[in-house]
Amino acid sequence: MPASSESGRNMKNDNCAIEAGAGSIVETGSSLQKMKKMLNGDFIFKGITVFFAFSIILILLLMLFEMTSQSLPSIRKFGWDFIYSSQWDAVTEEFGALPFIFGSVVSSILALLLATPLSVGAAIFLTEITPRKIGGIISSLVELLAAIPSVIYGLWGVLVMAPWLQRTVQPFLIEHFGSLPFFQGAPYGVSMLAAVLILMIMVIPIITSITKEILMAVPQSQREAAIALGATRWEMIRMAVLPYGRSGILGSVILGLGRAIGETMAVTMVIGNTPQISLSLLNPAYTMPSVIANEFAETTSDMHASALMEIGLILLAVTLIINIIARFLVWSVTRGESRGGMIQ
Amino acid sequence: MTGVKLRKAKNVLMTLLMLAATAAILFPLVIIFAHIVKMGFSSISLDFFLHIPKPTGETGGGMANGMLGSLVLIGMASAIGLPIGIFGAIYLSEYGGGRISKVIRFAADVLNGIPSIITGMVAYTLIVVPMKGFSAFAGAVALALIMTPIVLRTAEEQLKLVPNSLREASLALGVPLWRTTFKVTLRSAMTGVMTGVLLAVARIAGETAPLLFTALGNMFWSKKLTEPIAAMPLQIFNFAISPYEDWHRLAWAGALVLVTLMFTISLATRYFSRQKY
Repeated sequence: MPASSESGRNMKNDNCAIEAGAGSIVETGSSLQKMKKMLNGDFIFKGITVFFAFSIILILLLMLFEMTSQSLPSIRKFGWDFIYSSQWDAVTEEFGALPFIFGSVVSSILALLLATPLSVGAAIFLTEITPRKIGGIISSLVELLAAIPSVIYGLWGVLVMAPWLQRTVQPFLIEHFGSLPFFQGAPYGVSMLAAVLILMIMVIPIITSITKEILMAVPQSQREAAIALGATRWEMIRMAVLPYGRSGILGSVILGLGRAIGETMAVTMVIGNTPQISLSLLNPAYTMPSVIANEFAETTSDMHASALMEIGLILLAVTLIINIIARFLVWSVTRGESRGGMIQ
Repeated sequence: MTGVKLRKAKNVLMTLLMLAATAAILFPLVIIFAHIVKMGFSSISLDFFLHIPKPTGETGGGMANGMLGSLVLIGMASAIGLPIGIFGAIYLSEYGGGRISKVIRFAADVLNGIPSIITGMVAYTLIVVPMKGFSAFAGAVALALIMTPIVLRTAEEQLKLVPNSLREASLALGVPLWRTTFKVTLRSAMTGVMTGVLLAVARIAGETAPLLFTALGNMFWSKKLTEPIAAMPLQIFNFAISPYEDWHRLAWAGALVLVTLMFTISLATRYFSRQKY
């Protein structure tokens, strides 16, 4: 078969070659039928793979279409007010998403602010300072913990962390910092504070492991150059390693943000699910995924379902934008180092 | 203090700070893990694997229906998701190249980043509403949507690692491309592809949000795939937020089982990927 001799990375060209080859083989007669069968097998096979590969695009478009079309009644009725209004009343069918947007934004951003320095510090420690073996063991431990389902973090959060916060941390905060608007109110346990802490714990493994990948992609020559100039290890990290990986580290933090905003179960279990906008971290709050999780299975009216769909659409749009930006940033650092891997 | 001493002191200080950060991130994770092990082992018993949950007030019971339900859901989701993922991966690695492959990869990455609760909403509008009821099938579709992009991307990477000389050797012997792909390319990459499949299974085994309004959950055994079905993560969620001590114990035992499953899969994938090439 002439085509097989020039098989290469790009099988599309091969296929053309096979088809071209088929023309010259017609004369051989005896193998003609066999040849036809083969070509048919390949044609069908390619058809199947094309179908399944393209169905990925179709699935994505279908999801976007469904979310948009199901939100339309709510979008038409409330317009931009949906984002500004904080009324959420299933009886009068008045819906505004502000408390949920507020809860999602505040809980994720605070969690990220707490998690980022710890994760980046740990990632630097694991790649630059510890011996490779110990660093490897700790990082695989961190990666194992990233695989724990969110409902289990929620279980721990609601049965262990929230009661602990209620008994110790929150009374302490109220007593010593109660004059600040952030720590006013009663110690409920389930609260914005609990959601921030559980989200922090959940995004730490993600930011740590991606930042570690980024740092490992920094060329060794950068480090050697800094050391050769007489830099201490910290100076090497600050002047040679971190600037090189800066955009990738930013990307890993933004990926963590995407995860935190879309996180549903653990947050739903500890945030208290009260649609209010309060400065105090001790008060219960609500997030966009939580309200969907709690109300979508038992909506009271079509408008209620549509309003929840619109919240889902907002969430979808936000996470899409976040993920695209983050992937681009991470990719800009790692593309030279490796093709593929977990981060693309 | 001279310049050099100051710089060295700074170096030591920063090293200590980074050590502290590492300790700080490990601390909560270790605590959570210890709690799951401690509470799980004190709650788990043979009954847990053999019985369905008892009504409130009665002690005992287990999550047998949840475990079977999870297995059914994972099996159905794999039946839907694996062909799409693996054939899609074959397209990308064997025929791909060019702009359309980039679009497919991008679509898979985007799908991968969509919060799982949104996937649940879509499965609800696509399956639950037309079929007029929550069902195991709807849950499986939601899980399949989560599984597919993971399988696609990992399988593609693994297929690309297969040396071209293997394909060429097979094609040179006159084996058609489709048989070459199955018998040579896919077989060489099998352990890697299986790793991806296992990772995807580990991911969907713990997913709760997409099942909330598709599979819905069930306190009893399900007899048909068109009725609501129990799943372990759903039961853990419902029992954790219930006020009953006995249900909390079941939730901890369930958490231990799930975490053990995750760790086993994770160790298995590590073992597989070590043996490769």
